[in-house]
Amino acid sequence: MRNFIYSRRKLLLNLYSNNFSTSAIKTQNVQQATTGATKRICIVGAGPAGFYAAQYLLKQLSDCAVDIVEKLPVPFGLVRFGVAPDHPEVKNVINTFTKTAENPRLRFFGNVTLGTDVTLQELRDRYHAVLLTYGADQDRELQLANEEQPRIISARKFVAWYNGLPGAEQLQPDLSGRDVTVVGQGNVAVDVARMLLSPLDSLKLTDTTDYALEALASSKVERVHLVGRRGPLQAAFTIKELREMLKLPNVDTCWRPEDFTGIADQLDKLQRPRKRLTELMLKSLGEQSNRKGTPSIGKQFLPVFLRAPKAINQNEMEFAITELKNNAAVATEATERLPANLILRSIGYKSSCADAAINFDAQRGHVCNLQGRVLKDNSSKSVEPGLYVAGWLGTGPTGVILTTMNGAFAVAKTICDDIAAKSFDTDALKPGFEPANKSVVTWSGWNRIDQYERAVGKAKGKPREKIVTIQEMLRIAGV
Amino acid sequence: MLVINTIKNSARITLRNNWLRNSLANFNAAPTNFTRTFSLGLALRQQQPDLVSVIFVRANGERIKASGKVGDSLLDVVVNNNVDLDGFGACEGTLTCSTCHLIFKTADYERLPDKPGDEELDMLDLAYDLTDTSRLGCQITLSKDLDGLEVHVPASINDARAA
Repeated sequence: MRNFIYSRRKLLLNLYSNNFSTSAIKTQNVQQATTGATKRICIVGAGPAGFYAAQYLLKQLSDCAVDIVEKLPVPFGLVRFGVAPDHPEVKNVINTFTKTAENPRLRFFGNVTLGTDVTLQELRDRYHAVLLTYGADQDRELQLANEEQPRIISARKFVAWYNGLPGAEQLQPDLSGRDVTVVGQGNVAVDVARMLLSPLDSLKLTDTTDYALEALASSKVERVHLVGRRGPLQAAFTIKELREMLKLPNVDTCWRPEDFTGIADQLDKLQRPRKRLTELMLKSLGEQSNRKGTPSIGKQFLPVFLRAPKAINQNEMEFAITELKNNAAVATEATERLPANLILRSIGYKSSCADAAINFDAQRGHVCNLQGRVLKDNSSKSVEPGLYVAGWLGTGPTGVILTTMNGAFAVAKTICDDIAAKSFDTDALKPGFEPANKSVVTWSGWNRIDQYERAVGKAKGKPREKIVTIQEMLRIAGV
Repeated sequence: MLVINTIKNSARITLRNNWLRNSLANFNAAPTNFTRTFSLGLALRQQQPDLVSVIFVRANGERIKASGKVGDSLLDVVVNNNVDLDGFGACEGTLTCSTCHLIFKTADYERLPDKPGDEELDMLDLAYDLTDTSRLGCQITLSKDLDGLEVHVPASINDARAA
């Protein structure tokens, strides 16, 4: 009994000692150990896929302990670093993720990189199952000459820049020219266009990083061209994003009437979502012709269809005019040049291979898998027992959070099914991850960062001011 | 309209956040029928005449009985009754996701007082299993004459796998 009191006191003392890190890790360990959970599952990547999978596993497997390992000191992945700052409602999912993280059977290890700090083999040795959800941190390239020039940047990097991803603060996009050409027409493309065209005053109330607000304040950008290879019926943006664009104050959306030849006749054949999106484009086009003659009120958003990137020139970009054949864009001999002081490439993300032991399809940029079960090799259909993938790392970068949520639930269900079917061993004792000689941020460390960011933001009328360097994050977390 | 909706929703969210916190505290515990049965308890209903009962029918046919007050949204009902629907209401009623997608019987759909606005339809367009009588639960406000309402919950997990 005396020993027990002593150890409790020691634990409390540890909690209040300056060494937050060690004591926080111990607290996490003690918490998890007291739950008696025996099946150990490690999730690599603390984005939406990782958290939704964790939520499902903790609920369905009452005897499982889940550890989430995250490369950055902070959680939430693209919810923090991808979702546009002027879409704070989308970030409400963080409340649910936080509840999941507060489950005593979950431990969070931030600032731990797969492939550098820990290998996949080590994780597989220390856990019954490993689920990879580290997302897509690379972008597809145009494969054109001059693509490495500083005035051609990926939309992914631009998003990371205004959202404060550590390392992105050095981007310094050149916003001194009048025209920005965005190559690609997905929702990321629309997000960056909106960030460039939105009135600064409204962005000041968001968690856009201060350095990005400063750069946007002196921006000379007036026109954003949004260029796609295919036609209006294949547009990749969704209707909510377009409607938002159309409502942006002091921004005119200018369509090219010739892009819409024959489109209205096809409305009846379309499924409801595509039909409503097309109707909205046609409605906006109609309003534009009524507007003719009145001078433009300010900035311009210029969607351009049926143009495929061909060459990057000084302050302009050359596109091949395309024709649609069986829904695919086929380049013709004809070309068109669009002004482009800055080019934002937004033609998709791809994942990177974090550890050489992962069966990775470098061509397509994702982990080879069958419904979330990682394949041993591409030719056979045999799977690595106890190794799974979910989210964009497995599916490729498509869909909204709902898509990722459903996908993550489905893979988590597969894990539960495989455990029930004894597809891999869950009886042997597994030790779980033990950080050695590494500054690890636990959930309480993240809470300190979170509180700090909110407090600094509050003083400026922003929901938070993000810390943008890893060093500073670690300092605030107390590790 | 959007502004009105936004204000309406913000007010709801403030209220709901508290409920969410409470209900999510039980989220990871094994689901029990206790809460549901209790909230439907006859004695309780008699004491609170404003209570409206709702039945959620899962894709597998399972019927979940719940109830809410007049003025609650169907999302509120799910949250307050701890109805066990994974991922339901991810954006907490701010019209930025479609996770509270519900399918109504045609007659019920037609007697709903408010027709879906553009913003709701925009989000429904992203939902799996979209039907002509689909609505977002966060946009449906309970009234006394909806008592006994039966709504279907689409089976999104199966769809994601098929996709």
